[in-house]
Amino acid sequence: MTPFLIYAVIAVAIFTVGLRGLLVQPHLLRKVMALNLMGSSVFLLLVAIARRNADPAPDPVPHAMVLTGIVVAVSSTALALAVARRLYAATGRDHLPDVDDDA
Amino acid sequence: MHASVQIRAAATFLSGALGVVLIAAVLQLPRDAAGLTRLVDDELTRAGVTHAVTAVLLDFRAYDTFLEIGVLLLAALGSLAIRRTVDLRDIVPIAVPGPVLAVMTRVVVPIMVLTGGYLLWLGTHAPGGAFQAGAVIAAAAILALLAGRRSITALGPRAFPALLASGFITFQAVAWFLLIGGRRLLDYPPAIAGELIVVIELAVTVAVAVGLAGLFAAAHPRDDD
Amino acid sequence: MIEPLLLVVMVPLTGAVAALLLRGRALTPVAAIATLATFGAAMALALQVTEAGPQTHAIGGWEAPLGIELRADGLSALMVLMTAAVASIVGFYARTYFRPGVGPDAAVGPSAWSEREAFWPLWLFLWGALNAMFVSADIFNIYVTLELVTLSGIALIVLGGGTDALAAGMRYLLAAYLGSIAYLLGVALLYAEFDSLGIVALGETTTGTPSVLVAVALMTAGLILKTALFPVHFWLPRAHANAPAPVSAALSALVVAGSFYVLLRIWFDVAPAVLTIEAAHVLGILGAAAILWGSLQAVRARRLKMLVAHSTVAQIGYWCLLVPLTAVAGATTGGNAAGWPAAADAWNGGIFLVLSHAFAKAAMFLAAGTVTITLGHDRVDDLRGLATRLPMTVLAFGAAGVSLIGLPPMGGFVAKFLLLDAAVATGQWFYAVVILGGGLLTAVYVFRVVSVAFGSADPAAPPPAAFARTPRVLEVAPLVLALVGLALGLGATLPLNLLGVGAPFPPLAGPGG
Repeated sequence: MTPFLIYAVIAVAIFTVGLRGLLVQPHLLRKVMALNLMGSSVFLLLVAIARRNADPAPDPVPHAMVLTGIVVAVSSTALALAVARRLYAATGRDHLPDVDDDA
Repeated sequence: MHASVQIRAAATFLSGALGVVLIAAVLQLPRDAAGLTRLVDDELTRAGVTHAVTAVLLDFRAYDTFLEIGVLLLAALGSLAIRRTVDLRDIVPIAVPGPVLAVMTRVVVPIMVLTGGYLLWLGTHAPGGAFQAGAVIAAAAILALLAGRRSITALGPRAFPALLASGFITFQAVAWFLLIGGRRLLDYPPAIAGELIVVIELAVTVAVAVGLAGLFAAAHPRDDD
Repeated sequence: MIEPLLLVVMVPLTGAVAALLLRGRALTPVAAIATLATFGAAMALALQVTEAGPQTHAIGGWEAPLGIELRADGLSALMVLMTAAVASIVGFYARTYFRPGVGPDAAVGPSAWSEREAFWPLWLFLWGALNAMFVSADIFNIYVTLELVTLSGIALIVLGGGTDALAAGMRYLLAAYLGSIAYLLGVALLYAEFDSLGIVALGETTTGTPSVLVAVALMTAGLILKTALFPVHFWLPRAHANAPAPVSAALSALVVAGSFYVLLRIWFDVAPAVLTIEAAHVLGILGAAAILWGSLQAVRARRLKMLVAHSTVAQIGYWCLLVPLTAVAGATTGGNAAGWPAAADAWNGGIFLVLSHAFAKAAMFLAAGTVTITLGHDRVDDLRGLATRLPMTVLAFGAAGVSLIGLPPMGGFVAKFLLLDAAVATGQWFYAVVILGGGLLTAVYVFRVVSVAFGSADPAAPPPAAFARTPRVLEVAPLVLALVGLALGLGATLPLNLLGVGAPFPPLAGPGG
């Protein structure tokens, strides 16, 4: 196992934990946290990808992708929290209604 | 309302199976690769800054950063669209009671703002830059807010959108200025590349700080809610 | 002279900021200028691509793989032009719709940001984001544009502020967020293997190895979640039905088409080696299921806007048929020239369907909005007598429906004819049955609305004078969109010629096979 592989496998593990949480947790805050966990796992993978050899400096392009991705993730998370909070204020519910009746 | 046992089992199976597939894919990736490190190093002398990551963010892939600061602006506009206000003065005070925070804030906030400025300066040649700087300054503003100061909630319906959009506007202004001058999109002339990047970084710092602190404040109830 | 390729992105994004800062009296002229200028830029780009071939631009002078390149071939230019035409007409409708006292705007406090003031910056943002996506030749840059499109779409959905809109927006946001992460993971895997994010370079180097397959599968999963292809369509009907009418029109006509466009880029340009016949059939079968499911849901919908939204789920399924039809036609003939007319027909037919759907669906959602404003509701069973009160609107809805069914002389006919031609030429009878059967199902739900609308008015209903007078624009705009659908049917050669520029299957024979 190279350090790259250790980090990459950990990233995949975090990704799957996040995905399971997203699927089973009804609470909106937990769903948003699960998505953040998944996003962070991709960032971890990118940072690992940036450092796969003994060069003094890592590959800056994945680092830039992570920085851009973090701002995108923060933005999506903030909007999700704003909507969730407003939904809670309006309905008193912290989860989404079922989609059974879509007529 | 909780997921049933069957749904939990199915979700666990699905996530686990995907995990196995992903590990298999990761194991196949090249283990010793430099990516674009050499190419960035070779071209670094032609970029406006000497730090490789900042050069990628604000020169080689500046267009990504331009659109990404737009994403942050959009998230803030979305939060404001729900509230139907661009006036943060409507926000009720969010102070957390207690003397410790108030005293600590008085000491910590100026240090944080200074740290933000230092990070911004550092970004041209070492890890740091506009986003890190903006995030630290936003944290300072939120801390002040929690201590009962107005900070971001002092901004009215003209100042707040303008500051929120400052990074996006500056990027656009630079882009139009260069396009009208006959250059490519975000193609900085070598003589003033460093200066243009500094101007953009300053504006992006303001936009990130106001955007993050504004998103925090805008999620809070309005006076009339 | 600034290239149109850049103007189609920069003009609407600059307009968005101008609309945000210059609120109040200046808003209408700013919105009008930005709309006209963006439309002009889109026209210029389409003309340039038609005459001079695909356009490229290395941003900052940095070529891929170091920098980001923009590229517009016929498909990109056609999508930009489609967006411009739909967004201009819908924007014209929105100008009236969001006027105080017309649309369903809630009470507005003294310091508030009115629905109209919030709409225009978000709308121009969405337009610029879509254009940026259509001209991007970099898979990471496309990730950022996907986020811009999603966030502006969600902000526009929750603009109305109703609880249903908030819940629908939340569900859409969670689905789209998951889609973005899956897409980004795919991008990371491709970069790790090929050291590039540029579509052109990746297309030349990607292979059919398992890791590329996983990367493309992740990106596909993320994009079908954003496109709402069956069975991950669950978020679409409510999100599209509960938004303000102009927003519904843009979401159904343009936004889902945007992520579908990215799917096509991934399959046909980034990793063509991955697109095996088996993979193509998976998409074709999902598409067939979407047609069946969406149409049945539309048939039983109670609200007009829900009916139109479920119809979008079905139509997305149609677009996906182009994948197996193109792949099989390309492969059965071993890539020799004899198979190309069928592959080109399938490709052209699928894209032409996206195009004709955009105008038809925008017309239907705007018509539904006009109905809601006039009657105060959109319950399908209570629309009796509508044809006498809103004849133009019912006509627009009916004509758009005819295009969706795929009957001449509408644009939808040309699209389905090309798809059917490809299916028959390559002996794919299953898809031929799906194409024809789906048309029949579409006819059922379209005529359900039209027949109720032509029914005699309920004598117990209040007389017309009791209803708000409907502003003329709200009746004219849906009809104009439906007429564009008619023009597409009568003059299909122009868009098909544009689509042929730089296409993966350049048409050897003339349009129509």
